[in-house]
Amino acid sequence: MLQVDSITKRFGGVVANSEVSFTVEEGQIVGLIGPNGAGKSTMFNMISSVFPPTTGTITFQGTRIEKLPAYQVAPLGISRTFQNLQVFKNMTVIENVMVGQHMQTKTNLFGMASLLLGITRKERKVYDQAMSYLAFFGLQDIFDQKASSLSLGKLRLLEFARAFATEPKLLLLDEIAAGLNHKETQEMSALINKVRDTGVTVLVVEHDMDLVMSICDKLVVLDQGVKIAEGTPKEIQENEAVITAYLGADIDEEEVEEEAI
Amino acid sequence: MGDLLQFTLTGVTIGSIYAIVALGFVTIYSVTKVINLAQGEFVMLGGLTMYSLTSAGVPYLLGFVITIIVVSILGWIMEYLLIRRAKGADPISLIILTIGTAIFIRGIASVVWGKDQLRVAPFTENTPVNIANATITPQAIWVVVIMLLVVFLLYILIDKTMVGKAFQASSVNPLAARLMGISPKRMSSLSFTLSAALGALAGLAIAPIMFPSYDMGTMLGIKGFSAAILGGLGSAPGAVIGGLLIGLLESLGAGYISSGMKDAITFSAILLILLIRPSGILGEKSVGKGGL
Repeated sequence: MLQVDSITKRFGGVVANSEVSFTVEEGQIVGLIGPNGAGKSTMFNMISSVFPPTTGTITFQGTRIEKLPAYQVAPLGISRTFQNLQVFKNMTVIENVMVGQHMQTKTNLFGMASLLLGITRKERKVYDQAMSYLAFFGLQDIFDQKASSLSLGKLRLLEFARAFATEPKLLLLDEIAAGLNHKETQEMSALINKVRDTGVTVLVVEHDMDLVMSICDKLVVLDQGVKIAEGTPKEIQENEAVITAYLGADIDEEEVEEEAI
Repeated sequence: MGDLLQFTLTGVTIGSIYAIVALGFVTIYSVTKVINLAQGEFVMLGGLTMYSLTSAGVPYLLGFVITIIVVSILGWIMEYLLIRRAKGADPISLIILTIGTAIFIRGIASVVWGKDQLRVAPFTENTPVNIANATITPQAIWVVVIMLLVVFLLYILIDKTMVGKAFQASSVNPLAARLMGISPKRMSSLSFTLSAALGALAGLAIAPIMFPSYDMGTMLGIKGFSAAILGGLGSAPGAVIGGLLIGLLESLGAGYISSGMKDAITFSAILLILLIRPSGILGEKSVGKGGL
């Protein structure tokens, strides 16, 4: 479904990703993990066309997407959330989700006169649809609150709901559980599974190992911009390179502590 | 007492025009972060196009509609030919582009319509009405009605339609909007077209009172811009309040102090308000974020 092929991204002299390749198959939940600065978010930004890679190709269902502007990638069926939340703050919860449905409502500039006449019916339909998305994510009770007044956990759910409302084929979740407590994280895992069951393929960047190990079908591990392993959670847990680079950080713990002092 | 009422009525009338012009500024600014200094030119084009149409014998109402359409198309062309080509330029460069456009439009207008003030017939029979020692012309009432109508229609468009939601979204968070599949080009195009239509409406409403000429856009543009700043750039309700306030300051200043000093009085007051509230009456603290 998604092929990432020898992607390199440089920011000036810094190489954020170097020759990274992996694939995501339809219906999977794939996790992209690695220590801080491994280049996970950079990879995410390229897949969602926030910026283009320096070299390499990204193919989504047969279409090359690495050079398309973001607003053209979204209609192909890729949607995402952000680690540092990008909700529409002065809009209400339901309005945020309705913006997500923007693509399903085709209107052009010149059809605006007719649109003004048909507002109520059309808006009603979108509104009802948005409400059902909110119910799916358990946000129906706060639909008319301003997004700026929500707690972090609710904001993460809202971003998730908004991304889901674009009816994507591939959903990119950027540290969706960051800052959530244990219970919220578990609920999030259940939600991700529930979303996958509706037929959406999910790619997650995540620090929370419990979450990743429990829900992912496949993991891709990055370290300092390079892919060091790929496989099932079980394979990854036993992978030597991964253990030394990342999970096995406790081997170097004494050194780290000494340095810290 | 009669004086006060008279000055207030005059102030509200001219203030309504400033409010519509200011809404034009806000519409473009909120989505593109460009301050379109050719906004006053749209107003001038509205008035003068109407003059040509009515002199050519086009029925009033039809002329009204055609004027709005023509000026909207010009706004669309301006965005398409200039702003879009300069994509990636920072807002300051784009603002300079709009100044150039304004001078260009003014130049063409002086050739087409000459340099004299022209007379456009009022919407309806224009016998002044007396209200408690003050007189008001029906056209002045029309101006206020049009302003209220504009505010109402903008509210419906922005708040009640999907296009409006997309519009708000791109203004609040351009990045997230793009990722929702909202084309920034379409939104930029829409903002200029809409803004030109607003300018045309202001021009149509004010033409019978002000006698339009090729250079009327400059002063209206500056006053409208001041109104937008005063209200808090980017805030639509602020633009309306700012416009009305400037109109009132101007007419009260002219009436009670000196008509020659009216602009000095108005702008001193604006300066004073901005010294106290630098982000405008309804402005948010952080402006200048986002953009195309």
